[in-house]
Amino acid sequence: MNILVCIKQVPSSTQVTVDEKTGVLNRNGVESKMNPYDLFAIEAALQLREQAGGTVTALSMGPPQAKSILEEALAMGADQACLLSDRRFAGADVVATSYTLSQGIRHLGVFDLIICGKQTTDGDTAQVGAEIAEFMDLPHAANVTSIGAIGPDHLLIDVNLEQIVQKQKILLPCLLTVEKDLNMPRLPSYRRMLARRDDQVQVLSLADFTDQDERHYGLAGSPTQVERIFPPVHEHEKHTTSGDADHVAGELLALLLRLKVTPAQTACEIR
Amino acid sequence: MQSATQLLATAESIYKVTGPEDIAWFEERFPGDRVLAGSAISEDYSHDEMGTVSRAPDILVKPVSTEEIAAVMAYASSQRLPVVVRGSGTGLVGGCVAIKGGILLDTTLMNHILEVDHENLTVTVEPGVLLMDLAAHVEAQGLFYPPDPGEKSATIAGNISTNAGGMRAVKYGVTRDYVRALTVVLPSGEIVELGSKVVKNSSGYALKDLMIGSEGTLGIITRAVLRLLPLPPKRVSILVPFARMETALETVPKIIQSKVLPTAVEFMERQTILFAEEYLGKRFPDTSAPAYLLLTFDGASQEIIDQSYRTIADLCLACGAQDVLIVDTEERHQSVWNARGTFLEAIKASTTEMDECDVVVPRNRIAEFITFTHELAELLQMRIPSFGHAGDGNLHVYVCRDDLDEATWQAKLSQAFDAMYAKSVAFGGLVSGEHGIGYAKKGYMQNQYGPVQTRLMNDIKAVFDPLNILNPGKICQ
Repeated sequence: MNILVCIKQVPSSTQVTVDEKTGVLNRNGVESKMNPYDLFAIEAALQLREQAGGTVTALSMGPPQAKSILEEALAMGADQACLLSDRRFAGADVVATSYTLSQGIRHLGVFDLIICGKQTTDGDTAQVGAEIAEFMDLPHAANVTSIGAIGPDHLLIDVNLEQIVQKQKILLPCLLTVEKDLNMPRLPSYRRMLARRDDQVQVLSLADFTDQDERHYGLAGSPTQVERIFPPVHEHEKHTTSGDADHVAGELLALLLRLKVTPAQTACEIR
Repeated sequence: MQSATQLLATAESIYKVTGPEDIAWFEERFPGDRVLAGSAISEDYSHDEMGTVSRAPDILVKPVSTEEIAAVMAYASSQRLPVVVRGSGTGLVGGCVAIKGGILLDTTLMNHILEVDHENLTVTVEPGVLLMDLAAHVEAQGLFYPPDPGEKSATIAGNISTNAGGMRAVKYGVTRDYVRALTVVLPSGEIVELGSKVVKNSSGYALKDLMIGSEGTLGIITRAVLRLLPLPPKRVSILVPFARMETALETVPKIIQSKVLPTAVEFMERQTILFAEEYLGKRFPDTSAPAYLLLTFDGASQEIIDQSYRTIADLCLACGAQDVLIVDTEERHQSVWNARGTFLEAIKASTTEMDECDVVVPRNRIAEFITFTHELAELLQMRIPSFGHAGDGNLHVYVCRDDLDEATWQAKLSQAFDAMYAKSVAFGGLVSGEHGIGYAKKGYMQNQYGPVQTRLMNDIKAVFDPLNILNPGKICQ
């Protein structure tokens, strides 16, 4: 089974700044790491390869320094890696990103399975996986919590639908986005790091793609208009109330109503 | 006036038996939720985490200030009531158990961090501050309290009282190296300030240092000024799998010799990791090898750390390591170190009862010592798992009861302990590296130190505590 895993380099911390004009993250001088959710995707791919044979290819889009996370994927056990890097890819929203990745995947060949992490810690949209599947016309499942038996032309998977876990039989080739904690990602191996060959990370640019129309990539290819972007503000409010149970319950209910946590109708029922 | 019963001391006891008037004295001075007596005291207060030593106190009191503790001690002195101090009760040698009954002082309400002094790089804390809260508080300000014992819910005064060591001792030393000053209530009720924020001190006998590691037998720590370091911004750990534990441990002296200074060098067996997985309900990143070393490097820049860990990684591979796995992000550190932090509880959960040997041996004898425990396990037909601080020679060896009957368990346990402590003496080791002597290990310590050192300790104890009311029956008694 030939598997491709999409991974992304993200800032190491939430202390990031945003370019006010373009609404794009300032990545210069910010320490970065592999998106933690992608580690589960890599581990899932490596475990499937151990069972079914084949290869694991790691793919990322980003500036040249994003090569380091691909090297990390190789140290974890991926067979080869590819970086899509071109100034014209910069400023891409989820649609342009997904389209760029789909073009890269088409260039790399045919895969039985594409695995993505659930979401990234910087963009947080959880949409890129599904959109790649659309661009590639592949069946797709999100929130996959386990990958079970491998059939000749399908996989048996568990999908978390919040209220229920749905068991699905999904035909190959397909794309899965996997949940955090679906496995325990292995650690990068120093032996594999030492054995790494220079040709294991391939770098592709727009010139390598079938569709070379610049208007489909980067900021130009992004239908999303970013009005304003800012790091989320975390506000903690602490309320202390004392008294007998009735009084405390009354205070709590009033607070929930004020914060609109509980709709008035439900509140009446509680009363 | 004391009743006849109260004056009738038991054969071993020189102490007054706690009576209703003592309870009344406490109830007058402490609010109801801070003083408990008799059956109102939870069973938890009659033992520590190991649970091998047990006795309920007569009165449990939860003071909130130095002055309250001083008043309690003045009263206890006047009445000759035994007093034992207890923090979180996470000890392993019965140090905080009121083996003579009397009063148990629980310091957990004195849990305030009073000051972080950025100009002198110190933090001032009350005794009941938990190690994990202290670490988080100073790290949020870019500062670092290096001692890192496995039990993060221990109180800081408990750590000081046992001179706790922990994982980072290889590079940063132990609790003693980070105590600048102590406020101490003496058994008489007098309050003394030992040490100060100063860096150097050549002013007379080092009473502060005598207090550290004295396990609550000389005085009661009610405030501590601790030394801080700038927080090293970068760290990388490596998890190194080996086919044999002996090979892993034989690598340690070579690491020490390499002049690269790791922050921590831990060793662990696969079985212990599997117990931790079961205990936590969480997988460990690698369980393919029978033995592992876990090392951490910290420092100011990524380049320096990368260079350090690569030097040691190459050395480990040359010494026969199967691979070197890199733990370089917060998520990876958590997946490895959280498991390491639960080893004791995980082994405990794997058996019916256990007892622990916390010996410390010269670092070049660790491999031989662990091999010896494996032979001993074979000979006695019992499980003796271990883990510990390979980098500083401090081993945690657990003798497990499993399904042995009481008589066989006691016989085999004492056989195992006698053999291990005898081996430690032969290697130039000492009875306890960091958990203390308390009640459970005093026979082994007195045996190793002999009558002269034991007498000196008792003489010191008598100077601080002439009535012998503070944590009696421990360490040298």
